[in-house]
Amino acid sequence: MSLNTLNNWAAGEELNPLVPHTAELIVGFVAFTLLFLVLRSKVVPMFEKAFAERTEAIQGGMEKAERAQLEAERALTQYTTQLNEARGEAQKIREDARVQGAAIIEDLRSKAAEEAARITASATAAIEAERQQALTSLRNEVGALATELAGKIVGEALDDQVRQSRIVDRFIADLEKSK
Amino acid sequence: MGAYLASEDGFKPPSTADFNLPPVFGDNPFTTKPIFLAFFSVILISVFFILSSRKAAIVPSKFQFAGESIYGFVRNDLARDVIGHEFMRFVPYLFTLFTFILTNNLFGIIPFLQFPTMSRVSFPYVLALFTFVIFHYVAIKHKGLIAYLKEIMFMPGVPKPVYILLTPIEVATYFLVRPLTLSLRLFANMFAGHLLLLVFILGGEHLLSGAIGLKIVSPFAFAFGIALTFFEFMVQCLQAYIFTLLTALYIAGALADEH
Repeated sequence: MSLNTLNNWAAGEELNPLVPHTAELIVGFVAFTLLFLVLRSKVVPMFEKAFAERTEAIQGGMEKAERAQLEAERALTQYTTQLNEARGEAQKIREDARVQGAAIIEDLRSKAAEEAARITASATAAIEAERQQALTSLRNEVGALATELAGKIVGEALDDQVRQSRIVDRFIADLEKSK
Repeated sequence: MGAYLASEDGFKPPSTADFNLPPVFGDNPFTTKPIFLAFFSVILISVFFILSSRKAAIVPSKFQFAGESIYGFVRNDLARDVIGHEFMRFVPYLFTLFTFILTNNLFGIIPFLQFPTMSRVSFPYVLALFTFVIFHYVAIKHKGLIAYLKEIMFMPGVPKPVYILLTPIEVATYFLVRPLTLSLRLFANMFAGHLLLLVFILGGEHLLSGAIGLKIVSPFAFAFGIALTFFEFMVQCLQAYIFTLLTALYIAGALADEH
């Protein structure tokens, strides 16, 4: 074929364009195979690597975002729970404080009442004692005065102590009787 | 028409002879322009993709992105969408096929190179042969030789007398029509496209050397040549895509279970 081709070139003849040339067939085969080997060993793996890494990077990012979202959700739940707990606790504390306050007030009130009763009682006792004392001293003084007065009026010396006292007592008893 | 309008030596319209480029060095048939272009494309593609894929960064540079877009297009839009879950095995082949055809096609409109390698029919033949061998090999490995041949020759679910008509058609499709159409479609598109560009650009040049009336017409020929260059760019990309897509489809068919 190639000899024929050369002859044709030499002769300047027109060739049938559908007839292949040996040299070109060989070159086509070799060139294509060469290119195939280069692209398959050097280019395709590298592009595939880039594609795979990119896919992984995107998926990794998505997973990370998902994880972060989960984390956030969990934190939110936790905070909500804590908030509710705190609210409940505050409510309980308020309740306790109210009860305690009431108890304290009640306590104080009863103590005050007691104290008041005690003060009243002691005051009453003191007054009673003083009255008694006053009564006694009054009786004595009134007796002395009355005796002195009676002695002066009657002119009779009533210096006998026993008699004097008997008279006074009788007088007071009469007074009390007549009251 | 050329001879009629030409002034002295006459216009020789471009012909198939324009595709028979003589060897650069003596009589060595391995030193023709298409052969250099084929090797040049191998170097060009290898260097471009090795450099752009070398870093394989998660966040690609513009350069890596450029290489990656082409690779991703073949990998995802051609291989994965057509072949399905086993596509990764065929990505290197489809990727090589697409870049090799595309680059060699684009040589047709790149200044100074300006020759589509695929307009030399030998190259499409070789590529079609690769595809032919691969899809038959995959089918035989996947289904077994007997079952595969039976599937081709006796398509299930068809009334028996129809086989008289269907069997030859199916056999011809699988063993003759597929590789031939694959290679000839690519070859003919590149051949015709290049011829068309030659007609308008060489024609415009020739008109320029003619009488004054012809000189006025020649810019239109050039303008048309430029417009056709853009059109050719589209065809060149499309043909690379079609060749790769059909290969992927044949492989997908080889892997598909009986329907």
